[in-house]
Amino acid sequence: MITAAVTEREHYLNQSYGLKSWLLTKDHKRIGLLYLFTVTLFFFLGGAFATMIRIELLSPTGNFVSSDTYNKLFTMHGVAMIFFFLIPSIPATLGNFFLPMMIGARDLAFPRINLVSWYLLVIGGLFALFAMLAGGVDTGWTFYTPYSTTYSNSWVIATALGIFIAGFSSILTGLNFIVTVHRMRAPGMTWSRMPLFVWSTYATSLIQVLGTPVLAVTIILLFCERVFHIGIFDPALGGDPVLFQHLFWFYSHPAVYIMILPAMGVISEIVSVFSRKAIFGYHFVAYASIAIAVLGFLVWGHHLFVATQSVYAGLVFSFLSYFVAIPSAIKVFNWTATLYKGSISFATPMLYAFGFIGLFTIGGLTGLFLAALGFDVHVTDTYFVVAHFHYIMVGGAIMAYMGGLHYWWPKMTGRMYPEGWAKLSALVVFLGFNLTFFPQFILGYMGMPRRYHVYPDEFQVLHVLSTAGASVLAVGYLMPMIYFVWSLKYGAMAPANPWGASGLEWKTPSPPPLHNFDQMPVVTTEAYDYSSVIGEEIQVG
Amino acid sequence: MGSKIPLFPVQASTISGDVDSLALFLLAVATFFTVVIFACIFYFAIRYRRRSDRELPHVQHGGMLLEIIWSVIPFGITMVMFVWGAKLYYEESRPPDNAMPIYVVAKQWMWKLEHLEGQREINELHIPVGRAVKLTMTSEDVIHSFFVPAFRVKSDVVPGKYSTMWFTATKTGRYHLFCAEFCGNRHSGMIGWIDVLSPQDYQNWLNSNPPPSTMAENGSKLFNGMGCPACHKADGTGRCPSLVGLYGSTVHLADGSTVVADEAYIRESILRPQAKIVAGYGSMMPTYQGQVTEDDLTQLVEYIKWLGDKSEGKEPTPGTQGEPLSLPKLRGQ
Repeated sequence: MITAAVTEREHYLNQSYGLKSWLLTKDHKRIGLLYLFTVTLFFFLGGAFATMIRIELLSPTGNFVSSDTYNKLFTMHGVAMIFFFLIPSIPATLGNFFLPMMIGARDLAFPRINLVSWYLLVIGGLFALFAMLAGGVDTGWTFYTPYSTTYSNSWVIATALGIFIAGFSSILTGLNFIVTVHRMRAPGMTWSRMPLFVWSTYATSLIQVLGTPVLAVTIILLFCERVFHIGIFDPALGGDPVLFQHLFWFYSHPAVYIMILPAMGVISEIVSVFSRKAIFGYHFVAYASIAIAVLGFLVWGHHLFVATQSVYAGLVFSFLSYFVAIPSAIKVFNWTATLYKGSISFATPMLYAFGFIGLFTIGGLTGLFLAALGFDVHVTDTYFVVAHFHYIMVGGAIMAYMGGLHYWWPKMTGRMYPEGWAKLSALVVFLGFNLTFFPQFILGYMGMPRRYHVYPDEFQVLHVLSTAGASVLAVGYLMPMIYFVWSLKYGAMAPANPWGASGLEWKTPSPPPLHNFDQMPVVTTEAYDYSSVIGEEIQVG
Repeated sequence: MGSKIPLFPVQASTISGDVDSLALFLLAVATFFTVVIFACIFYFAIRYRRRSDRELPHVQHGGMLLEIIWSVIPFGITMVMFVWGAKLYYEESRPPDNAMPIYVVAKQWMWKLEHLEGQREINELHIPVGRAVKLTMTSEDVIHSFFVPAFRVKSDVVPGKYSTMWFTATKTGRYHLFCAEFCGNRHSGMIGWIDVLSPQDYQNWLNSNPPPSTMAENGSKLFNGMGCPACHKADGTGRCPSLVGLYGSTVHLADGSTVVADEAYIRESILRPQAKIVAGYGSMMPTYQGQVTEDDLTQLVEYIKWLGDKSEGKEPTPGTQGEPLSLPKLRGQ
């Protein structure tokens, strides 16, 4: 490098070198990058499974893979994407890296525990990988009993143990974040001055700490029945199969909010910075995160409307499900209102944020469809549900994750990504996503059940459209993979604050020094106060 | 196959139109909000695009009134969705009293369906148009789900219990039956057809497929063959309660509670007699768990229902224990 002539400033990346300095690091920033590396692997693994699913569904006759293989593909797609990509993605990578910096802390409250949680994710991931390589698992990511406990001849236990172990990674990360937010805020960083990403990550952590143990218990019960034949879920052993669904969704519905709440936090940051305006209704957006975290625990039964639970339970869960929609709607309206009379930049993170708002709106609104009992009976377990949750998880969570990666990439690596390619990728992802998943709403309403390897001919046209969209989407995801890696060596050097952002993480050089700040920051203003930032820029320029 | 892309499923039951109306309402609301949000984003993004790197927009503090408006109005709309959806769901859970019963036993990977008259079908169900049909369903192994898109109905079929669903077909034709709950290797092969026939065609179909005996007759044979009448004497003098007139009645239990004797109660009492002890009787009945198949259970349940079914004026003959009942002709024959 030409700049090498100048003595390079010390930062967290050049403080020490070698594998050991990474594998034994207690620096939250390095651990964030370890997570980034790990979840990216699982993302492309899950993506490979999705590719094979979409290729198979080009033809209605099921002639690319056997039905056994197909069942394993969609199961492993779900397991890899949900437990090893989506749940750790934003909290454990971006959250790990930026939560301490955004509140002006030198690190998380428990740096060693932070490293332990990464190892737990890796160990859990290795169990799941072993299960995939050894022959796979075919129960669906939902592991419904008694199929998973009595009938399946696949690697249920290895996979479930992997999820069990990764769950503790999630619990420890949540615990670490909660303590950090309570105890490590810089002087002047009051609760109502915290960036909204911190609020939403805090709300997420509450769910991780309170919900994930229920998943652990459920997996232990599943283990007891499958291995020791203790009758819990299988009626042949005296159990109740629907009990499993209650336990499973008691975690897994809130888990949807583990995926979407941090995404909402990222969007709040991006929308504010790239409109150069404080988020409209800051307190409403902040408390909406907490409301979602709490209400999210009360709606699990809407996954069981046709599962023979009582009619009255169905009515109550439908009613409660509409309550959780309101805080989400509040967020969307406030983001949109923030744009009004803003100074709107079309940098890549903002394009991803626009994509997020659009796709999350559609995903959220179709959630209202599914909460309507009489409608849900027809479309549950069809592609309508598949489309809905992909709009939330891919259109929502992954769009935000990509937006956040672009937004913070200069800070994490000290390099700018190529803006033109990145804008193109945002566009390609948006178009590819809609082409992939919009036809699935129609497929579902037409009656196409999910998890079908072979399907009636009349559904083929829509499946072909969906597969075509998936090919576009794959290109959209491969592009950032390539240019991000490229930028590490060839990207322009990033200034401390390339976007004119106001957060503390931008008040320190890129990449940050080992302990984040050269001096302890003192906070004197609300979050998203751009007057001082623009003032500085004018002086510097 | 089709030269055009189908975008809307055929409506073939009394509720499919109602579900579609709800769907159109939901779609209208969703389209409205999506268009408003997209339009605002596009308009604001272009109108207020950054023209200079140094511009600093005027800060607006949130507006309480706006927040209330955009919380309360959407909430009101969602409550319309809730009530509308709930009303349909409630109707779907209440089969009419005169619904024609069909028994469904699911297993990996087939649907076994049986008519009251004794006709057995696999992966195909013939029903008459315009008549309410009530399915009583269970599974021999894992959870399945009975889904007929043209009727807009679906219910899981769960091992260890009975679930019910009902529909009234409004249009003759042949409609998809899908298993909607993942059930293992050949899940996508667990499909079949619902053949909706005109009443005359249905009668002809029944007549051209005469079964050796009705479900109740089969149940009667099983009942006697298993020695049930030794205790369940029809005149009530046995060690166990008489089953005559049981179905649909309210049973007083030893713990003081009551239960309405429906199919699920009868099934449970055969498999787990200790679960609900009838007041005044001891717990001497052994379990039949593992000794009767789900198919046999449906026959037994239908026989016991027949014993209790007084609505059509059948007089159960006393003193029949130990010998098969001579059953009168059932409806449809």
